[in-house]
Amino acid sequence: MMDSIAGLQLGFSHALTLGNLGWALLGCFLGTAIGVLPGIGPALTIALLLPITFKVEATGAFILFCGVFYGAMYGGSTTSILLNTPGESGSIITALEGAKMARNGRAGPALATAAIGSFVAGTIGTLGISFLGPVVVDLALKLGPAEYFSLMLLCFVTVSAVLGGSALRGLTSLFFGLLLGLVGIDLQTGQPRMTLGVPELLDGVNVVLVAVALFAVGETLYMAWRHTNAAPQVRQVGSIMMSRQDWRRSIGPWLRGSLLGFPFGVMPAGGTEMPTMLSYYAERKLVKPEHAKEFGTTGAIEGVAGPEAANNAAAAGILVPMLTLGLPTSATAAIMLSAFQSYGINPGPMLFEQQGALVWTLIASLYVANIMLVVLNLPLVGLWARILKIPQPQLYAGILVFATIGTYGISNSVTDLVLLYVIGIIGMFMRRFDFPTAPVVIGMILGPMAEQAMRQALTISEGDWTTFLTRPVSLAILLLAVVALVGPRLYGRLVSRAP
Amino acid sequence: MTRPGAGPDLAVGGFVLLLALLAFWQTSVIPASPIYAQVGPKAVPYVVSAGLFALGVGLVASALRGGWSHALEEVREAPPTNWRALGLLLAGLAANLVLIGPLGFSIAASAQFVLVAAAFGSRHLLRDLALALVLTLLVWFLFVEVLGVNIGAGVLEGLVLRALGQEVY
Repeated sequence: MMDSIAGLQLGFSHALTLGNLGWALLGCFLGTAIGVLPGIGPALTIALLLPITFKVEATGAFILFCGVFYGAMYGGSTTSILLNTPGESGSIITALEGAKMARNGRAGPALATAAIGSFVAGTIGTLGISFLGPVVVDLALKLGPAEYFSLMLLCFVTVSAVLGGSALRGLTSLFFGLLLGLVGIDLQTGQPRMTLGVPELLDGVNVVLVAVALFAVGETLYMAWRHTNAAPQVRQVGSIMMSRQDWRRSIGPWLRGSLLGFPFGVMPAGGTEMPTMLSYYAERKLVKPEHAKEFGTTGAIEGVAGPEAANNAAAAGILVPMLTLGLPTSATAAIMLSAFQSYGINPGPMLFEQQGALVWTLIASLYVANIMLVVLNLPLVGLWARILKIPQPQLYAGILVFATIGTYGISNSVTDLVLLYVIGIIGMFMRRFDFPTAPVVIGMILGPMAEQAMRQALTISEGDWTTFLTRPVSLAILLLAVVALVGPRLYGRLVSRAP
Repeated sequence: MTRPGAGPDLAVGGFVLLLALLAFWQTSVIPASPIYAQVGPKAVPYVVSAGLFALGVGLVASALRGGWSHALEEVREAPPTNWRALGLLLAGLAANLVLIGPLGFSIAASAQFVLVAAAFGSRHLLRDLALALVLTLLVWFLFVEVLGVNIGAGVLEGLVLRALGQEVY
């Protein structure tokens, strides 16, 4: 507790310097813009911004990345409400009621409750990071390589098999990522692996390339595959003032959504879909009878306020395992982890000790970013709505310009571009056949870390594989992973068998 | 008993199986390590290959039982394949690939921009080209000058640099 307050004091003293405020503002602005734009998200943006790590010191770069991360959450709701096409998975639920409100001329209050709800949730989530982070670190310091390996296995299961449509397809995505992560020189023995004899692949496949391929090239190809000339309709914003009744109806959902979303983000479940969905159903049950008929018809403000808060709180929660354990549970967190690696910093329990100033400045910047975002989003909502009017042809053409330079800039190699397009085409088919793409990126980053932890654990145990089962904490985590893998299916089978 | 639409799903399962076989082959050619290690460099690749193979078998089995595509709302409601758009987009990617070496980023990416915009139904070829040249040059300067990414100056970048009185590197 005292640690946290002292840490925050240190953090704010760094975060409130002019330079760092500038990075935060830039990040928030960029993040909101890319959140608004359909088709691109924070993972892609941070991947393209990674070269900045060669020029800018770590603190500035991470403040920028976190601004983008939080900003994209705010911006995503604008697209869901005004365009009825959710920009990312966390906004799907927001689109349900939000787009209906917009159709009934209530886009303004919907946007306002989403923005203020995001602020409430972001603040609660950031408070959660500040005070939960050090606690998790204390626990994490007791873990050895064996426990870490088990924890990563749990992470693999939850990000690929628990969420999404099918465990089979989620795990296939994950294993594709693990395979990509294996390409290159084995760190421990120096042997080349999975390189197909191509010398360019000795350095491994770059995670930026894969992220850009899946999130930009694959997405664009899929959009072209399904392209029709019907232009989407952008709704008018109107007045963003919320009536007294709107406020009264929003406060409960904001708080409930935040408290629901944060734990989901913290647990290595990574998803924002589950908490937003749960929040939606909760609000639908809890709504006052006189407003119940608005759900699904004219659009209920509770159905925007709750899920939007849950979305942001879950996104904040994802930073807890990322900063304290070094475990990324979303594609964006995985890319941020690779940014840490490019500074030679390994996120994990030692981060809070060795890089205390960096971590606390980062956390303090999240508070700052939240305030900036609510200010940027409420009065400027008209500007963000204008971004939605960028015509599709130029938007996608522009996205590919950035994709090209982001990839070509890595090594000026045409081989990389070929790889970009090949993985992009795979990404297009993944989209068509409903394979999630985030597990690919997570597997790619986490796979090599898991292999290293496993080898360390086996070196300590002198080659005894039972070490993962005889250490109680490790065993408990592994059992949890098994439950997460087969539990939902077993439950489903039991339910379907019952008459 | 296969339903219509299960064919593509079967192809996906087959692709994953092929990928697994490729992984097995690549694992088998990893040279044995001269350095002693509890776990050699081959162990994890074998596990990943085996995992992929099992998942491929699972996907094939799922496809033979009727597949999963027909249950996806997005697939059922999808408009027909837009070959024109897809073709133009792939042409854009190919143009970029061919031109970026000899002519440099801006020209290659501009060609790509125009083709991609056309793929998504833009009819203003010249306007797109003008937009593309400005955008790609701006992006090039942003990445090279601000982010410090090393991307060699092509034909167009060289001209602009010389016009600005800078040395071309």
